[in-house]
Amino acid sequence: MTTRPGARVLVIAAVAIACALPFLLSNFRLFQFTQVYIYAVALLGLNMLTGYNGQISLGHGAFYALGAYAAAIMMDQWHVPYGWTIPAAGGICLVAGFLFGLPALRLEGLYLALATFSLALATPQILKYFEHWTGGSQGIVLTKPAAPLGLPLNPDQWLYFLALAVLLAAFWLAANLLRGRVGRAIVALRDNHIAARAMGVNGALYKSLTFGVSAAYTGVAGALSAVAIAYVAPDSFNVFLSITLLIGIVVGGLGSISGALYGALFIQFVPNWAQDISKAAPWAIFGVFLILFMYFMPYGIAGAVRRVAARRARSQRAGEAGDAAASVRTTT
Amino acid sequence: MTARPSLIALPLAIGLIASTTAFAQTPGVTPTEIKIGNINPYSGPASAYGTIGKSIGAYFKMVNDQGGINGRKVNYITYDDGYSPPKAVEMARRLVEQDQVALIFQPLGTPSNSAIHKYMNQSKVPQLFVATGATKWNDPKNFPWTMGWQPNYQTEGRIYAAYVLRNVKDAKVGILYQNDDYGKDYLKGFEDGLGDRAKQLIVLRQSYEVTDPTVDSQIVNLKTSGANVFFNITTPKFAVQAIKKSHDIGWKPLHLLNNVSTSLAAVMTPAGTEASKGLVTVLYMKEVTDPQWQGDKGFQDWVAWMKKYYPEGKLDDQFNAYGYNVAKTLEHVLRACGNDLSRENIMRQAASIKDLELPMLLPGIRLNTSATDFAPIEQARLARFDGQGWVLFGDLIASDR
Amino acid sequence: MDTFIQQVVSGLATGSIYAALALALVMIYEATEVVNFAQGEMAMFATYVCWALLSAGLPYWGAFGATLALALAGGLLIERVVIQPVENAPVLTIVIVTIGLLVIFNSLAGWIFSYVQKPFPSPFPKEPVRFGDIVIGAHDLGQIGVTLVVLACIFAFFRFTPLGLAMRAAAQNPVSSRLVGIRVGWMLALGWGLAAMFGAVAGMMIAPIVFLDPNMMGGILIYAFAAATLGGFRSPVGAVVGGLIVGVVENLVGTYVRFIGTELKLTVALALIIVVLLVKPSGLFGRAEVRRV
Repeated sequence: MTTRPGARVLVIAAVAIACALPFLLSNFRLFQFTQVYIYAVALLGLNMLTGYNGQISLGHGAFYALGAYAAAIMMDQWHVPYGWTIPAAGGICLVAGFLFGLPALRLEGLYLALATFSLALATPQILKYFEHWTGGSQGIVLTKPAAPLGLPLNPDQWLYFLALAVLLAAFWLAANLLRGRVGRAIVALRDNHIAARAMGVNGALYKSLTFGVSAAYTGVAGALSAVAIAYVAPDSFNVFLSITLLIGIVVGGLGSISGALYGALFIQFVPNWAQDISKAAPWAIFGVFLILFMYFMPYGIAGAVRRVAARRARSQRAGEAGDAAASVRTTT
Repeated sequence: MTARPSLIALPLAIGLIASTTAFAQTPGVTPTEIKIGNINPYSGPASAYGTIGKSIGAYFKMVNDQGGINGRKVNYITYDDGYSPPKAVEMARRLVEQDQVALIFQPLGTPSNSAIHKYMNQSKVPQLFVATGATKWNDPKNFPWTMGWQPNYQTEGRIYAAYVLRNVKDAKVGILYQNDDYGKDYLKGFEDGLGDRAKQLIVLRQSYEVTDPTVDSQIVNLKTSGANVFFNITTPKFAVQAIKKSHDIGWKPLHLLNNVSTSLAAVMTPAGTEASKGLVTVLYMKEVTDPQWQGDKGFQDWVAWMKKYYPEGKLDDQFNAYGYNVAKTLEHVLRACGNDLSRENIMRQAASIKDLELPMLLPGIRLNTSATDFAPIEQARLARFDGQGWVLFGDLIASDR
Repeated sequence: MDTFIQQVVSGLATGSIYAALALALVMIYEATEVVNFAQGEMAMFATYVCWALLSAGLPYWGAFGATLALALAGGLLIERVVIQPVENAPVLTIVIVTIGLLVIFNSLAGWIFSYVQKPFPSPFPKEPVRFGDIVIGAHDLGQIGVTLVVLACIFAFFRFTPLGLAMRAAAQNPVSSRLVGIRVGWMLALGWGLAAMFGAVAGMMIAPIVFLDPNMMGGILIYAFAAATLGGFRSPVGAVVGGLIVGVVENLVGTYVRFIGTELKLTVALALIIVVLLVKPSGLFGRAEVRRV
């Protein structure tokens, strides 16, 4: 996506449609779309780290869990209004991600994948251990919030708008970060670490910060999900969550912002459809998609969309050049 | 363009309005059909329980073949939640808001049920006969739309505690428990049952995770502690390891085994029938691989049903007897509703079960519910393994809430 | 003191489970420079194949041997068909593909064989072996033995056979290897095949203890990773030593360090992995990798 006027119109149209949906869809569908937006924020976070910066994280479910539990504990034990828990969770995960990113600096590719995979495997047990805070395996039951200020919205509509607002803010922030100097530095570190540093990019700082920001995004998504589902338990945050997030960015498109939305739609709706084929099928289908996308669409859906758009732009320009040449010919 | 639109539109509109209002009053129910929703883990870590959801479907297939319930066929819709609470919420909403089921029956797992608990009660949809042994489903005052079914774990724990207090002099109790809500619930019931003597009597607690390969290390520690009573709160695979290892290292305490792991085929035989001799447990169902039920009519009916309607289900899987029993309970409740299958009446009938006997329950055990008692099964028997089967002993135990 | 020894002995038994799977991981890494996240699931699937053969009536050792052959062929096939197209792709791509395999094998096993836990036979006697007051299961002892035999095979293969040398060369320097006539593609495929075979051995040794079900390797995988990391991904000896250490440490920590107890075992494994990767990424027995820029 660029700043072409055509693209901007598309974005505005999409946002307008998104705002209209709560008055057209059933509450159940709204609930599902809220989940999509939440996943999209988490995927933005993961993509920042893995797609743009090349640091493989198979354990982002842990940050999602951290954000969710931070929000839940604040709401349940300290009665913090849910609106404040979301940025607070983001802040906590920013710090946690940065701290994890420091030792991660020394781990390359496979080893980082290994370490983060182990983190994902250990997360449920850690959550159960700190029972006094987390409620152990019983989890924490929360209350779904109603719309504030007496707005004429039911809770599902309100949560939808809340998630949409967070998503738009997240997209905007990410676009600004990743399209500018910071983004170029991050990508440079991924593509050629040594050259980037030779050019003056502070590798350690950028990589740790990326880890932190990526964790913050995913933590915010986790906090939102705690509010929307109104329940957190260790079983919600096992290794399959981390694998699901990975699937999301691969299918959506590594190193792309719009990919977060495509990926989120995929991981939310495909398992439901797959269930109708066979109860065991969803994960097999996920696995097949993962592999096929790596072969044929390594840049995901966003990449394919971009290619199609580029091809059309090229043929349009070629057509215009042809017209111009033709008009020149006719005038002479 | 052909007939005057209003001539068609008006009756259509009236019909539509009429059917939707009728629909709204008794959702999931038409003159020919009643829609029942279910949520089970068919994928993910708890998928072994998925056979319960399938067996229930098979049971209602039989009911439909035999004419249905009060002239209506049962439309059984079951979704997979992968034992994940957020998915359970989504599936519950799908069943209630999109499929418009009359009730959600036997959702499985404490986390999944906890996640949908508030939603079901706020939406006033029956969350009936939940498949978990947790204690919190028996709370009609605060959650009038939620009801449990099986004897809960804490009750069973208390029964073991009472047994120890009554029968063991100078008891020193060692406990092995699974580190999750199921294990901790049993633990709590047992400790509550021992009362203020718990601190003095329990010498060691050891936990394990479902992801652990073995519990051998924990058994060694329990033997070292000098315990002469072993309360074994484990799921089948770990029960086998625990029984085997205790036997191998020559530790012979009074061995109390939780009800979850009493299958002969899954536990006693792999662990060794010699090693399993003397084990004491609490039962409420007939154990499907126990030879003493071979000639029993209820058991034979169950086998016949399995062979005809659920041939891919295993005949040595206790879950399939569980599903059969619980589906029969729902059938009983729905039949009692007569023609009034509104959600309110379904709950009312569920809360009015009197002395219902089921073919795969132990003889003498009866279901009872009332407006203040949402725990249908509260009776059990003690049993001891004699190398061949579970021999019932003692009187029928009725738990006091 | 008795308890200590017994715990160490039990730890060695559990550790050999981790070591068995870790050996397969090391095998693949040595041959292809890939950490195969699907190793556990492939091993589990192979064990199910063995179970199916046993259910069809084959005797134990017949089914065992047939499974090894099928695993070898299967691993070869997977490398040629699934991995080869992305051989030269960046690390992330290969990681994603192996995760895809993990998920596929896991759900395929559940689909085909159902999720009900099945007992799996052990070729070793049921009676435990006693050394005075210390008891160890015959199967545990047998498993340690099998693991050591597999270790010896792998070690000898890589050290002393021309084929092993060719495989290592193909993994470390494909370009030069091709120049000297090594068929790199088939070396990689063979690496996967052998790893799948050893994984099958691990699965068939583990299943009698933890019971056969599609999620049986889930808990063990992290410990196998810890073992391979601790010992060094390039060292088969390291994998075994690492596995035994992890098993023993896990038991001793669980017994003597009360505040961790048995409730944080996975976290201990995780911490171990991270610490080793930070302090000495090549592990106890590995040599530091020097990469040309």
